[in-house]
Amino acid sequence: MNSRAAQYKQADDLPDFSLLSASSTPQPVAVQEPADIHLRFEGVSKTYLTAQGPVPALQSIDLEIRRGEIFGIIGRSGAGKSSLLRTINRLEQPSSGRILIDGTDIAKLDENRLVALRRRIGMIFQHFNLMSAKTVRDNVELPLRVAGVPREARRRKVDELLALVGLDGKHDVYPAQLSGGQKQRVGIARALVHNPEILLCDEATSALDPETTQAILALLREINRSLGLTIVLITHEMAVIREICQRVVVLEKGQAVEQGAVWQVFGEPHHATTRSLLAPLRYDLPADLQARLRQQPEQPEDTLLLDLLFTGIHEPDLAALGNVLGGRIGLLGGNVERIQGRAVGHLLLTVAGSSLTANELANQARHLADRVEVLGYVAAA
Amino acid sequence: MSLLLERLWASLLDTLLMVGVSSLIALLAGIPLAVFLVTSGRGGIFEAPLANQVLGSIVNLFRSIPFLILMVALIPFTRLLVGTSYGVWAAVVPLTIAATPFFARIAEVSLREVDHGLIEAAQAMGCQRRHIVRHVLLPEALPGIVGGFTITLVTMINASAMAGAIGAGGLGDLAYRYGYQRFDSQVMLTVIVALVALVTLVQFGGDRLAQKLDRR
Repeated sequence: MNSRAAQYKQADDLPDFSLLSASSTPQPVAVQEPADIHLRFEGVSKTYLTAQGPVPALQSIDLEIRRGEIFGIIGRSGAGKSSLLRTINRLEQPSSGRILIDGTDIAKLDENRLVALRRRIGMIFQHFNLMSAKTVRDNVELPLRVAGVPREARRRKVDELLALVGLDGKHDVYPAQLSGGQKQRVGIARALVHNPEILLCDEATSALDPETTQAILALLREINRSLGLTIVLITHEMAVIREICQRVVVLEKGQAVEQGAVWQVFGEPHHATTRSLLAPLRYDLPADLQARLRQQPEQPEDTLLLDLLFTGIHEPDLAALGNVLGGRIGLLGGNVERIQGRAVGHLLLTVAGSSLTANELANQARHLADRVEVLGYVAAA
Repeated sequence: MSLLLERLWASLLDTLLMVGVSSLIALLAGIPLAVFLVTSGRGGIFEAPLANQVLGSIVNLFRSIPFLILMVALIPFTRLLVGTSYGVWAAVVPLTIAATPFFARIAEVSLREVDHGLIEAAQAMGCQRRHIVRHVLLPEALPGIVGGFTITLVTMINASAMAGAIGAGGLGDLAYRYGYQRFDSQVMLTVIVALVALVTLVQFGGDRLAQKLDRR
């Protein structure tokens, strides 16, 4: 495994709260050494010609995906995620631009070379796409069979993979007899059968319940670590990105509107699309408080509301906050989570009975949080 | 009575021969035809829109001619092919020509219903186009194709009775000559019973097989 992947592995292995003490520095995820680029998109565009005229699906996408990372593509439905993912194994032919895998442009491959390329790239699907007329064994074996691999070798590979995905003993069952999670496991086994270097996941967990989603994501993370393959996944759920991705690109109307390390994009989303995709994961001021909020205190004992944003640089040190803010501080709500070893999120704090003004309090808090906003005052109940 | 039974048995064999041979040829020719009709359309894996349209039109042409007329119109061709326009083998020619496009259209529907996601998955795993036909399209559509072939068999039993009316032999011939022309209601009734039994048997067998093959 190369050093890049090793670094991720280390960061991921740390227990979630081991970095909570303010003295420890977060593991840097930003690259110092030149990154090992596995996949590169250069000005990739795709236009569909329809009866109503040309419809742009992808507009001049530039992207770099590093070897051994889990890379997320997120966006609303119709944003072009599927088209972008499918250009990697040429299920979708780009209209212009270049897609380089290890420096080789894949846009110009003939059919034989394309088949060879596709055997280096596994793919799993939202609706699993298993052959209903074939048993689990025959489904997993199919890519090897069409590649002319001898029967004995096929058997061995299938046994090994079904054990890896936790489906031992299900060889002779038909897909219809399996649960959704089990079907996706078969899909994963089938995708890995040629020892691919890239795994494409097309909304792989969108048809699964939350518990099964977690199990499948854990399996993908495990495969990423143990086999060192590069995973590119598309999803419309930010939670999936947070769960397993290292870096992410946000697509909107065929354009890459934001990209970067997951902790950065979560910590400080710049684009409106990213913010609205993140909204379900964010704690907001309850509507009743919002309605009662005033810019100036009416009485000295009114409570000040501060919004402290953590974008992955400061750690939320509650004791220090208590010290600098003085008075009675309380936690109204918020959400701070650890993404790639960094604290990301925001806290809504209440401060009452302080002798300092709102601006002075905010300035104090700015030493301890990445951004501080004065929301206003709420009358004491 | 024994004479009737003898005639009935011989006629049944004639019917089975006509239906069997024509349906077998229809099966062997209809499946490739159906695969071509499905895969050569716009966006198909063997895209060839022009050939698709030409072949589709030919299929429609034969499908639109009533069997009785087709049979008569084909007499010169039949004579050329089997040397006679009379008898069981002469009936096989128009029956086959009617059955093949009929079955191809039914099989086409089943093939078209195969989830496009499966074809995409096959392409993604490195299947060549012929692999997709052999390992995805045909196995996935098989239950539907078996059902369609059952319908074809029953339709051909019907058509073969019609062929009997112009001297092809078989159960239709027996019923026409004895039952209709000689007002022998006993023969008529016996032939009807035999036909009902035959159709029931074919339908039952076809349904069972399709059910057994369907793993969805």
